[in-house]
Amino acid sequence: MKKIGVLIWLITMSAGLVWLTAMPARAQGPNIDDEVNRIAKTLYCPVCPNTPLDICGTQACLDWRSDIRRMLQEGKHEQQIREYFVARFGPQVLGAPPAEGFNWLAYILPVVGILLGVVVAWLSVRTWLVRRAPGAAPTDTPEISKEFAERIEKEMKEL
Amino acid sequence: MPRWIQVLVFVLIIGFILLFAFGLRARGESQLGAGPAPDFSITSFEGQRLQLSELRGKVVVINIWASWCAPCRDEAPFLERTWRQYKDRGVVFIGVDYVDSETAAKAYLKEFGITYFNGPDIGSEIYQRFRAKGVPETYFVGKDGNLYGNVIGPITRTSTSMTERAFVQKLEELLAK
Repeated sequence: MKKIGVLIWLITMSAGLVWLTAMPARAQGPNIDDEVNRIAKTLYCPVCPNTPLDICGTQACLDWRSDIRRMLQEGKHEQQIREYFVARFGPQVLGAPPAEGFNWLAYILPVVGILLGVVVAWLSVRTWLVRRAPGAAPTDTPEISKEFAERIEKEMKEL
Repeated sequence: MPRWIQVLVFVLIIGFILLFAFGLRARGESQLGAGPAPDFSITSFEGQRLQLSELRGKVVVINIWASWCAPCRDEAPFLERTWRQYKDRGVVFIGVDYVDSETAAKAYLKEFGITYFNGPDIGSEIYQRFRAKGVPETYFVGKDGNLYGNVIGPITRTSTSMTERAFVQKLEELLAK
């Protein structure tokens, strides 16, 4: 009876130990994968342009993902990891250029282009509406001098 | 439409066309193969720094590689073997590791027993300066600091890029210059 008690105690303790050691792995496993994918989604390997790291299947990208995982396990934050990749491989690894210096053009120009397009469209529509308005003088008719008009009238009468 | 808007739209369109043209031109530039070799400094995986311009008087072989590149693996044993053969004759080999994980790169160097200078291409600067288009690529720098050709692709016994024999001949030619 005493042996059975010891055996039960040993089994319980072993199961408890196994559960305790598995706990962090279970807790960390899916989280760290999600975290790796979340960061990888924002990075691009120069070898495979236009393919984010999270879906790229090349060896280079697999290695980079391992690096992200290792750095996360070392306790590094997303920003630190992104900074490491930019320092190591250049700013082209980012999905969007960092908003600094000449790069600002990439952010400003589309807005300027859209605004300019709106202004051009508005002016075009306005001009078109004015031309089509009943009784409106045709805007594209060149103005003629009084003397010239009189001369035309005179010549018309002579015909 | 006011005249100034017409001018502005015209200027912007011309600007975009020029930017696009310059982008295309830069993309179409071929790898460097002649003229003064672009200077660069590189720090090895062990922390040793090297400056290309400080190697004047020596023949330098710059090999751009990556651990994930299969053709690089084909030429790696030959490069190491040749480096050992020529290192006492004034030839320097520089391995430039392009877009690579440091762990994978170190494992690669260990796998092939590579002992010549090797370091990561931080920010892909060397790759861009030589206008490289892929890996492996190898550049020959003469004693005078000028480039004397490049090899796009692996150097193997039967390679169509450059055979091992042609590579050795090239080293001999550069040493004799």
